[in-house]
Amino acid sequence: MTKKTKSLNLNFGPQHPAAHGVLRLILELDGEVVEKADPHIGLLHRGTEKLIEQKTYTQALPYFDRLDYVAPMNQEHAFALAAEKLLDIEVPIRAKYIRVIFCEIGRILSHILNVTTQALDVGALTPSLWGFEERETLMTFYERASGSRLHANYFRTGGVHQDIPLKLIDDIEKFCKSFPKIIDDLEGLLTDNRIFKQRNVEIGIVTKQEALDHSFSGVMLRGSGVPWDLRRSQPYEIYKDLDFKIPVGKNGDCYDRYLCRIEEMRESVKIILQCIEKLPKGPVKSIDGKISPPNRDDLKQSMEALIHHFKLFTEGYRVPKGDVYTAVEAPKGEFGVYLISDGTNKPYRCKIRAPGFSHLQAMDYLIRGHMLADVPAVLGSLDIVFGEVDR
Amino acid sequence: MKSLIDKEKLINSELATKIQNSFIKNNELTIEINENDLIEVIQFLKSNEKCKFRQLIDIAGVDYPDSEKRFQLVYLLLSHQNNIRIKVSIQFQLNQIINSITKIFPSANWMEREVFDMYGIKFKNHPDLRRILTDYGFKGHPLRKDFPLTGFNEVRYSEKEKKVIYEPVKLEQNYRNFDFESPWEGTNYLKEIKNLEKHDKKN
Repeated sequence: MTKKTKSLNLNFGPQHPAAHGVLRLILELDGEVVEKADPHIGLLHRGTEKLIEQKTYTQALPYFDRLDYVAPMNQEHAFALAAEKLLDIEVPIRAKYIRVIFCEIGRILSHILNVTTQALDVGALTPSLWGFEERETLMTFYERASGSRLHANYFRTGGVHQDIPLKLIDDIEKFCKSFPKIIDDLEGLLTDNRIFKQRNVEIGIVTKQEALDHSFSGVMLRGSGVPWDLRRSQPYEIYKDLDFKIPVGKNGDCYDRYLCRIEEMRESVKIILQCIEKLPKGPVKSIDGKISPPNRDDLKQSMEALIHHFKLFTEGYRVPKGDVYTAVEAPKGEFGVYLISDGTNKPYRCKIRAPGFSHLQAMDYLIRGHMLADVPAVLGSLDIVFGEVDR
Repeated sequence: MKSLIDKEKLINSELATKIQNSFIKNNELTIEINENDLIEVIQFLKSNEKCKFRQLIDIAGVDYPDSEKRFQLVYLLLSHQNNIRIKVSIQFQLNQIINSITKIFPSANWMEREVFDMYGIKFKNHPDLRRILTDYGFKGHPLRKDFPLTGFNEVRYSEKEKKVIYEPVKLEQNYRNFDFESPWEGTNYLKEIKNLEKHDKKN
């Protein structure tokens, strides 16, 4: 006689601490084995794309901070690049260096959060306490450059908002000298840790082919052994001139992705140090008065500057007709902006390509056949942030 | 740039009858096709030895309410081997049903669901065409240009009923859309009057 079994439906989230935000995951369980996972997303949907259609290009930029709020400036970067491509303007070289420095800071911010919370999800508390202290330091760098810790609104079309304070560069350099030691400490806690390995090795394996089919990008793709990084293959800003390595995984499991992220942090530190060494002097935003606002000083002296300032902050600038797709290598993968302009001061359509959206989509196939306890481990290594998944 | 021109030539020669138009603008290759040829074209781009567009990056819907073919879908594809991107664009009318490409790219599943949610475009042979980003029980398609920015319903917690309730949106002040046309070009309402006058004269 066969025993009849009934599968159990379980709601994972939307208020689960390991769901990394507001994810409602409906799991179909057979005992402890997951048979099917159906992620319900959209609980953080704010209609960013619709809002952007109603705003001028300058006003649209801050929305990008609120997508992946763990690494805000990387998102701004994609939009700024898209507008610049349509306007066909050149960014001053100093601005490019500053942008790269802050993008890499963003990468470290995101990877610290991911690595440490992944450890937290599988039972290690200490890494997150150590990691968050460093994140706090990095966010003060954000604050000193832009005025706010998270929603920076620092990158503008044609450059960055303001030049960075003099002492900031020294402090970032000091941080870069001390930070590798912290990565070593984190690694000491996790890399050879028996429990951490038991929870992550050979969990959530993605093969090369599956990674391509499921539109994976960033660490999810590199962890499976595809050497693809937009900073190297389709270089933007000054990544061409910088010397850095692209860590690639071998087995495509959660553990390899963790190792990739650790190595990427080390590479980011190297990139920042190179940028600081080479940082040239000069303007930090386009000198075209029709696109970047005038200096505060000029505003008191020059009528022309006053008019430009007024026009830029009421009407904004007009962007020529056309459509472009620009992508940057954000910490989570390929973050892209598909921008359509109809020649007015507002974008006609702005489609945001968030890496987390495709990654979360693969959750069902990744988790099928795994145990319930592996759900947080896989979810953690996908590096999901709901700001960008739901938009 | 050269490889883009080469690819454009190759695709044009291989798919001659199916390509309506192809161009390179802003260093990006776009091909426009008929919506009925979508499956074949995407399949070709993915499997052809010289193209190898193995990854679907995104599907973007666009709404042009004044155009006869109201909707546009843009498929963004990427080839890792050749390091190039391509945009495949289709335009079609309001109630047309488009073939789903989930068989070719499994990742198209959620992307098509998002397009369905935001624009109300239906896909044939899609395994699970549900809303994805909007609320349970949501009505309307928010990214259509005729959907108001403020929406129709708002939610709040009602102390009386002890639960979250839906109400029609009440605004203290209407959403204001400023007319930024330069006075030298004539503001929008003046243009409209002018156009009307022209129209009257013709008749």
